[in-house]
Amino acid sequence: MTYLPNILFIAALATAIAVFARKAGRIRKNIGLGKDTDRSDRPSDRLQNMLRVAFGQSKMQARPVAGALHFIVYVSFLIINIEVLEIIVDGIFGTHRAFAPFLGKAYAPIISAFEVLAVLTVIAVLIFWWRRNVSKLDRFHKPEMKGWAFTDANNILYIELVLMFAFLNMNALEANFSDAHHSFLISQYIAPLWSGASEWGLHFGERLFWWVHILGIFAFLNYLPYSKHFHIILAFPNTYYANLEAKGRFENNATVTKEVAMMMDPTADPFAAPAADTDAPIERFGAKDANDLSWANLLNAYTCTECGRCTSECPANLTGKKLSPRKIMMDTRDRIEEIGVNIAANGSFVDDGRSLLGDYITNEELWACTSCNACVQACPVDIDPLNIIMKLRNFATMEESSAPGALNAMMTNVENNGAPWPFNQMDRANWINE
Amino acid sequence: MTTFQVPTLAQMTAEGKAPEVLFWVGCAGSFDDRAKKITKAMAKILHHTGISYAVLGTEEGCTGDPAKRAGNEFLFQMQAMMNIQVLNGYEVKHIVTTCPHCFNTLKNEYPELGGNYHVEHHSQFLNRLLKEGRLKIEGGSFKGKKITFHDPCYLGRANDEYEAPRALLEKLDVSLKEMRRCKQNGLCCGAGGSQMFKEAEKGTAEINHVRADEAMETGAEIVVAGCPFCNTMLTDGVKNREKEDQVQVLDLAEMIALAEDL
Ligand code: SF4
Ligand code: SF4
Repeated sequence: MTYLPNILFIAALATAIAVFARKAGRIRKNIGLGKDTDRSDRPSDRLQNMLRVAFGQSKMQARPVAGALHFIVYVSFLIINIEVLEIIVDGIFGTHRAFAPFLGKAYAPIISAFEVLAVLTVIAVLIFWWRRNVSKLDRFHKPEMKGWAFTDANNILYIELVLMFAFLNMNALEANFSDAHHSFLISQYIAPLWSGASEWGLHFGERLFWWVHILGIFAFLNYLPYSKHFHIILAFPNTYYANLEAKGRFENNATVTKEVAMMMDPTADPFAAPAADTDAPIERFGAKDANDLSWANLLNAYTCTECGRCTSECPANLTGKKLSPRKIMMDTRDRIEEIGVNIAANGSFVDDGRSLLGDYITNEELWACTSCNACVQACPVDIDPLNIIMKLRNFATMEESSAPGALNAMMTNVENNGAPWPFNQMDRANWINE
Repeated sequence: MTTFQVPTLAQMTAEGKAPEVLFWVGCAGSFDDRAKKITKAMAKILHHTGISYAVLGTEEGCTGDPAKRAGNEFLFQMQAMMNIQVLNGYEVKHIVTTCPHCFNTLKNEYPELGGNYHVEHHSQFLNRLLKEGRLKIEGGSFKGKKITFHDPCYLGRANDEYEAPRALLEKLDVSLKEMRRCKQNGLCCGAGGSQMFKEAEKGTAEINHVRADEAMETGAEIVVAGCPFCNTMLTDGVKNREKEDQVQVLDLAEMIALAEDL
């Protein structure tokens, strides 16, 4: 009987980890549906970028208020994890505050510091809630933020509040125990609220909050993969595998290079039989669907925090166009999820007559982009919506010839007379004598 | 008409000479009436410094940037290969251009296709000449004039160059008023990604009007750009607000040519 709590705890812990691992595995598989791209170069630069951008949150600070508040929540998340470790040890071995004997005199100040962080987190979370729900910051209320996206953002704030509430009250209740050993900085002031309770009631309440706290954390862990909050994990690999080249350098398509080289090679035989490897699947130029994108694009999509910093800097969006780089990322994620579900249900992908370009992202959005890189610059976790936009354009132009008419005319000019306007190549140097 | 000879690379090569730098003019710089003035200003500065330079003239072709940004990788690579053949044929090592789009493409997208050159935007090039003492600028005529600088996306965010243009302007003794959105956060003029060649999608405003407003909010009498496309977009924006009598839009090269009375 005395081991019942331990057994229950271990079962809960094992379930939480197993369920999380299963879902995380699915996401990993979905990301793996993307095309290969090489991001294995410059490991030390990558590590540095990860430390700076994800760990150090350097890009968050471009907006000081949100940046500072987020930093508090983030630091308290990291640090309170130490306390979670103690809870897990206690839960498994049936101990109580297992770290206290080891830390000795330092224990109370450490837990007190956690309590201070908890209070700061509560304040930050309340401000976040206010920004989303009362002051209605524009970037949180774009069309793509309706429904689940909006609910999700609030859910996380509520979970956060419940966790912090349970943590503080657990300590406060214990402070009232007749044999109390610990008193901490913040909870000592909450303690009087519970002073009227019976000894049994205090112990029951303390256990209750202990369980609420830890089960809440397990629930949170398993909520993550369904939420934009997954970024707390993926921000690290995502910044590690970020594009480190100059932002203006767009990828080179190697298949095209081969074909162009053949076309320009005077010795090539235009009537030669096609290469023997006809079994190889015909490569599509660019991307029509989410699985035509690279795994890095898909990792980006799962990392997106839906913060909308990209969209709020996008010149197209600022001037009322439908394009929203955040929506590009959310659409990509939703579509690859859909493809993942399709594959899980059918063994392999069964054509569902849908695609990223067309059913999720429209031509109107696609062609509004100025390729200005403002979204890439703004993203606090190094996501690159522009790269996806360009791959979709590659498909639209090269496979479907569906570029806007004016652009087709421009391209005809480039092809015929080497300039985007209908001027004669031979007039190129006329400016010299004008 | 330029009062001096602008040498082409073909001529120079025929004379057995190799220039220090190739001036890549670009399509806008060659054909667009407004941009041609920028080209001439740059040619004047090059001539004035006495540096040995040349242009490709009729041997130059579109870098392919607008095709690539419109999704046509084929056309882009065709253009790139043709240009690379010409450039490599002349053994070009060093290129300067007044167009950030050409700059970006030549610098970042040609190497993988076999075109490796040291490419500079004219702001970087001129700034370097200044430092090396090969170009001298007297700020006299612009002293204290209120100006603002619009960061071209393909120079700024795309290639992380924010200081070179500002260093040049500093030499002109102007009073630089930054816009609220500048440098990394600069707002696009609306022309990039091939938007220059099409109508904008339906919206509530034109990007170039918004950007021109931001520029004029600084109280600047001169809006300085470093890109022929930005220049056109901002000029149109200023005109749209009927401010063309109060506010001028000029390129960095034009500012220097004017200051030096070239
Ligand atoms: S690159 Fe395109 S999507 Fe990104 S901010 Fe600029 S216009 Fe918007
Ligand atoms: S792409 Fe980046 S900036 Fe945009 S919403 Fe997602 S996380 Fe935020």
